[in-house]
Amino acid sequence: MLTIDQATYDALVAHAKRDQPDEACGVVAGPEGSDRPERHVPMVNAAGSPTFYEFDSTELLTLYKDMWDRDEEPVVIYHSHTATEAYPSRTDIGLANEPGAHYVLVSTREHGGAEGPVDFRSFRIVDGEVTEEEVTVVDHLPARSPA
Amino acid sequence: MTIEVRVPTILRTYTAGEKSVTGEGASLRALIDDLEANHPGIKERLVEGEEKPELRRFVNVYVNDEDVRFTGGLDTELSDGDQVVVLPAVAGG
Repeated sequence: MLTIDQATYDALVAHAKRDQPDEACGVVAGPEGSDRPERHVPMVNAAGSPTFYEFDSTELLTLYKDMWDRDEEPVVIYHSHTATEAYPSRTDIGLANEPGAHYVLVSTREHGGAEGPVDFRSFRIVDGEVTEEEVTVVDHLPARSPA
Repeated sequence: MTIEVRVPTILRTYTAGEKSVTGEGASLRALIDDLEANHPGIKERLVEGEEKPELRRFVNVYVNDEDVRFTGGLDTELSDGDQVVVLPAVAGG
């Protein structure tokens, strides 16, 4: 199950709408092993495409170095689908390289960049196998358990 | 000549879980062959092509923070103390 706070959820949806008609992408980082999506990092879609996304390679390195410095990992890796359902495409599955991450898909196909609901779904993708999981949106993440 | 290589999570099955390993080589190509000798199987995940292997399309390698696609690819020269980072592209459709 993915537990995400309302503000982060809203930020992901806003990013997806803002980048219409191209796919939006990014991560929500969190402390290693915590499963807490705490720090939203919107990324540039270097592919600039309605049907493909790829993190810019320089930004990708900066992102990972920041996470290593903070002992974080990508808890959520998200991108939008602008014309299809919020389900991983064959390409998404083939290129999924973070078995520990929640892969979030936001589909804007219904309302595009305009106001209106989106499909927001989360998946685990491990060794080419896709497993959908429940998404729970909370006002705030629960307090961190003491280390 | 020792070069530190940062290994992404997905490739740590080849490095007994280590986040970083060391290797040797005057070029990235030579370094990857050296890594393969100590961590069999890792090369195939990084490069493709029989005759003259090149970096896989969705694998990014950085030498001292520079994407090697802009510095000569696998022929990028290495020096003692260089830092190499391997990161799979985060991409999809």
